[in-house]
Amino acid sequence: MRRLDPAAIGGIMSREVANFRTFWKATTFSSVLEPTVYLLAFGLGLGATLIDRVDGLSYVEFVGTGMVATAVIFSSALPAMFGTFVKHRFQRTYDAILAAPVDVEELVTAEMLWIGLRAGVYGCFPLLVSMLFGLDPAFGMLLVPIFCFFTALGFAAFGIAVAASVAKIDQFNYVTTLVITPLFLVAGTFFPISGLPEAVQAVAQLNPLHHLVELVRHSAFGFVATDLIRFAVLVAFAVVLWRVAVRRMSARLID
Amino acid sequence: MEAAIQLRGVEKRFGEIVAVDGLDLDVPPGICLGLLGPNGAGKSTTMRLLTGQAIADAGELTVLGHQLPGDSKAARAKMGVVPQLDNLDVDVTVEDNLRVFARLYRVKDIGPAVDRALDLARLQDRRKDAVDELSGGMRRRLLLARGLIHQPPLLLLDEPTVGLDPQIRTELWTLIDGLRSEGVTILMSTHYIEEAQRLADEVAVMTKGKIIARGRPNELIAEHAGRETAELYGPPEFLRDARLRAEGEGLKVRPAGPAIAIVGSENAGNGAVPDEAIRRAASLEDVFVLLTGEEAE
Repeated sequence: MRRLDPAAIGGIMSREVANFRTFWKATTFSSVLEPTVYLLAFGLGLGATLIDRVDGLSYVEFVGTGMVATAVIFSSALPAMFGTFVKHRFQRTYDAILAAPVDVEELVTAEMLWIGLRAGVYGCFPLLVSMLFGLDPAFGMLLVPIFCFFTALGFAAFGIAVAASVAKIDQFNYVTTLVITPLFLVAGTFFPISGLPEAVQAVAQLNPLHHLVELVRHSAFGFVATDLIRFAVLVAFAVVLWRVAVRRMSARLID
Repeated sequence: MEAAIQLRGVEKRFGEIVAVDGLDLDVPPGICLGLLGPNGAGKSTTMRLLTGQAIADAGELTVLGHQLPGDSKAARAKMGVVPQLDNLDVDVTVEDNLRVFARLYRVKDIGPAVDRALDLARLQDRRKDAVDELSGGMRRRLLLARGLIHQPPLLLLDEPTVGLDPQIRTELWTLIDGLRSEGVTILMSTHYIEEAQRLADEVAVMTKGKIIARGRPNELIAEHAGRETAELYGPPEFLRDARLRAEGEGLKVRPAGPAIAIVGSENAGNGAVPDEAIRRAASLEDVFVLLTGEEAE
């Protein structure tokens, strides 16, 4: 049978869709409400009192575009970590799927694609909410779902690899504290990284979320040539983490 | 005729533990083979080896002509698997659970396949209900129907009725019996003697990763336990003396809960079996306990 069979990948994704239909309202509610709260607190709070303009943008524009990255990481890495762990350890879903003509590579790919698609949509919500707060629409924004999709693929693979590597669900606390929170803070979402020490700025260049933030801002206010490199970094991040996730999951699922 | 399943010298280790130890097993097409053994005998590992979820350290595995693990996906396309633990999607409807697996098994006409599975599970009127709303027996029937959604010629049942109450167990036995009479090849692991006796054309007794006896239930009983078993109840000292006397006569004696069972009592000489003993026909349970040294369930 063929490798990466679309029928197998489609079958697994159809399972995700069937499950998603049972909880989409709650997920969508929080995806809309969260950026609204952040924009009210940071954009209108800080923006109206302490901060006037950042990098030539109003603070609402700056935070609104930056928050796309926050939405993407929280709707990809975390669901991948917890979802994979629960499906493997508690629900034994993967035992059922792998008893069918499906292999681990197809399983991981399907899970990544589904999370990528979902985060591609939910990632746009902060942008849409920001428009209600004064962000002007731009044609470049049509590319935002694509940027979100590739970033989410990488973080979904990261989450799957983590879930396949930990012994207990509590160990996710280390990952969120030591990896996800710093990535999200040093992405340029709430403040420009140009104000940080040079060493931190250099490290931030390795942060896929930072590249996503820049791409989203440029989609709203004008692309630059280096954006192609940023996009290539996101694609490379997704591909490398995909292979890592397949390897880790194979070790976990196949005795 | 080529065996549906053929294992030759299969070994599987987990560190120091040898789960499957040089296993040889043939399952001819069209029969139900019961893999009977105590917990930890290696039955579930054998099932995982057959579904490609475990890779053997040594030996050869062939399923429906496909060599494992290389050709495992093609083999899995032709087999159905019913797991020991319920792994249905509980929030999703009965119908959607079946639809997903119809896709995974590349079923072309999904609608009729789902209808057929619902008929088999007798869940037509519950198709739109979430699995969470079903009773334990209904969920078990759905698991079985899910494993048969693609009408496979080979079915692997891993402890199909473990933890179920007697009524649901009997219900499932009827379903499995129906499949067997339709010609589906079945490999069923179980540690329930009654299940093996009721459903299996042949029984393979497995312990410590190996098959130690195999045959039709009646043949196994005749070979290892004779015709008759005498069960004896009483105080421990009485039982100990009776045991020594019977063993002195060359009879096999096994524990049977609070009693002892003197196996092959039809061959006992005068006084070897006390008059108080209750004589009954020898059973597969006698064979199981004698061969594995484990109490039966």
